[in-house]
Amino acid sequence: MASVIEVKDLVKDYRLGEVPVHVLKNISFEIERGDFVSIMGPSGSGKSTLMNILGCLDKPTSGAYILDGISVGNLNRDQLAEIRNKKIGFVFQQFNLLARTSAAENVELPLMYTDTPAPERLERARKALLAVGLAGREEHQPSQLSGGQQQRVAIARSLVNDPSIILADEPTGALDSRIGIEIMAIFQRLNREQGITMIVVTHDPDIAAYSNRSIHFKDGRLQLDERLAQPRVARKDLEALPPEEPEEIVSS
Amino acid sequence: MNKIVASIRIAFRALKVNRMRSALTMLGIIIGVAAVIAMVGVGAGATARIQEQIQSIGSNLIIVLPGSISSNGVRLGSGAVASLTQDDAKAIAAECPSVALTAPTVRGGVQVVYGNNNWATTAQGVTPDYMTIRDYTMLSGQFFTTQDVDAAAKTAVLGETVAQNLFGDSDPTGQVVIIKNVPFTVAGVLTPKGQSPTGQDQDDVILLPISTATQKVLGANKANAQAVSQLMVQAISPEAMDQSIQEVEELLRERHRILPGLEDDFTIRNLTEVFAAQETSAQVMSILLGAIASVSLIVGGIGIMNIMLVSVTERTREIGLRQAVGAKTRDILLQFLVEAVTLSLLGGIVGIIVGLTASLLISYFAQWSTQVSPLSILLAFVFSALVGVSFGYYPARKAAFLDPIEALRYE
Repeated sequence: MASVIEVKDLVKDYRLGEVPVHVLKNISFEIERGDFVSIMGPSGSGKSTLMNILGCLDKPTSGAYILDGISVGNLNRDQLAEIRNKKIGFVFQQFNLLARTSAAENVELPLMYTDTPAPERLERARKALLAVGLAGREEHQPSQLSGGQQQRVAIARSLVNDPSIILADEPTGALDSRIGIEIMAIFQRLNREQGITMIVVTHDPDIAAYSNRSIHFKDGRLQLDERLAQPRVARKDLEALPPEEPEEIVSS
Repeated sequence: MNKIVASIRIAFRALKVNRMRSALTMLGIIIGVAAVIAMVGVGAGATARIQEQIQSIGSNLIIVLPGSISSNGVRLGSGAVASLTQDDAKAIAAECPSVALTAPTVRGGVQVVYGNNNWATTAQGVTPDYMTIRDYTMLSGQFFTTQDVDAAAKTAVLGETVAQNLFGDSDPTGQVVIIKNVPFTVAGVLTPKGQSPTGQDQDDVILLPISTATQKVLGANKANAQAVSQLMVQAISPEAMDQSIQEVEELLRERHRILPGLEDDFTIRNLTEVFAAQETSAQVMSILLGAIASVSLIVGGIGIMNIMLVSVTERTREIGLRQAVGAKTRDILLQFLVEAVTLSLLGGIVGIIVGLTASLLISYFAQWSTQVSPLSILLAFVFSALVGVSFGYYPARKAAFLDPIEALRYE
């Protein structure tokens, strides 16, 4: 299987006053297309910096980063924006939805920066919302949705531009554990059914347990890279949980 | 195009979120634009009024007054000596190439009687050329003719004020008025001219043939029966004014046998010049008013910049998100510029309405004539858009060049 991500000798330094801080020290790895990878590590391990570089929000100090066959190390601001627009879907811990804006319009947002005509944008947004189980909530605003639903809207937004990879940064961090498992179930389904490469950054081993491969960072270095023999299946875990308080309380 | 429409929608949504704040920001532009429109309107009105008054005097006019000679060291004011004659007028018209027409005038105060009514006014003895020089038209009847002047006919032309006071609303033409026991047939009434630039009522006058006036009404000057109170001279064009003044001066010095080195026994005044100066000062005034009003427009622009900077800070996370999902520098720049321009243009439109209303109120209550031209409305509109672009640019640029990582993390 071809690699969708190739990282070679990646170095990232920050300069705090006179002293350079080496955040990432010579990191090399590859991620295969259609894989489900978790990136773990304590805070300060460099995983956020790596996340920013993988998400084309930041540039490495040296080394190569090839995303879907494109070397993105030397692109300028606007070229990086275009790569993010076409190849990457972001899911954030705090959802980052636009307030007072309908779910459909939130999902459409990445398409606003393409030449997609309005009817097609809406159609694609509907499809993405359908894929995360939110059909019929197109006109709801974030304030009318529960946390889990808001994160699903955010996932729909990350899907809408058919990205090569979805980068999720602590996607369950702001949710309780049951809803966190629901989110992981959606990720697993998208990964299985649509073959989307998933990269989830987390510090929670229970969440990492749902991935196929787990990469651990410590002190800016790759500490452990293991392929899980038997990833947990989120859907089954959910079935095993007692059917306590239904999630959809906040719906209108 | 697609993106601009989307930006306008986003802008309206953002402005609606903070209604009060947007309204107050717009108020700055509203006041600025309204002030510019109203003040320029007042200035233009004043200028137009002065131009109208200058028009009422007649164009390319030179006035020659007799006198200002010294006798035995005592200097007399202009008009004190009867040194100008009707023959001088004829000579000027005949011999000065830059002069189109001359109109000798004699004048004096008279009491005009019609039936039970009477009215004190100024009688002017003139020739038919006077009508051309002063740009008079007739409200009714006819002006008297050269034949009337030659025959010293007892005929009179009334100014509107005199006609009103003697005849009320009925037409005086053909009626007989009495001046100093002499009956005059009214030949016609002049179209009113209103106030002169110096504030005199130009319609409070009765015009008589100059011959009749000297012989029957005002009494001839004892020293010189041909003497006139003043001589109006019209140059052939505005450019010929200076030339004609020189020609008239040379001719009169020669006719009056004034030796080189001695002072003129007449005074020449260039009326157009005097009033042109007034017009210029009115224009300067209107530019000044406009400039002061523009300052408030700039202050309004600063208000926009201020609020846009606040808005950029408040929406840092939104900007970060937009950048993360693919917004380019110019997309963010456009979004915030459109927002600033929307603010300023909405303010501009409301300001135009307020400014128009204000200038109407000013003309109604203060009785000042105001003139709001479509050009000044267009300018105000364009100017407010420019204010939006120029004061919105800095905040928009700030937004567009935010670091997406920092922006996403912003609390």
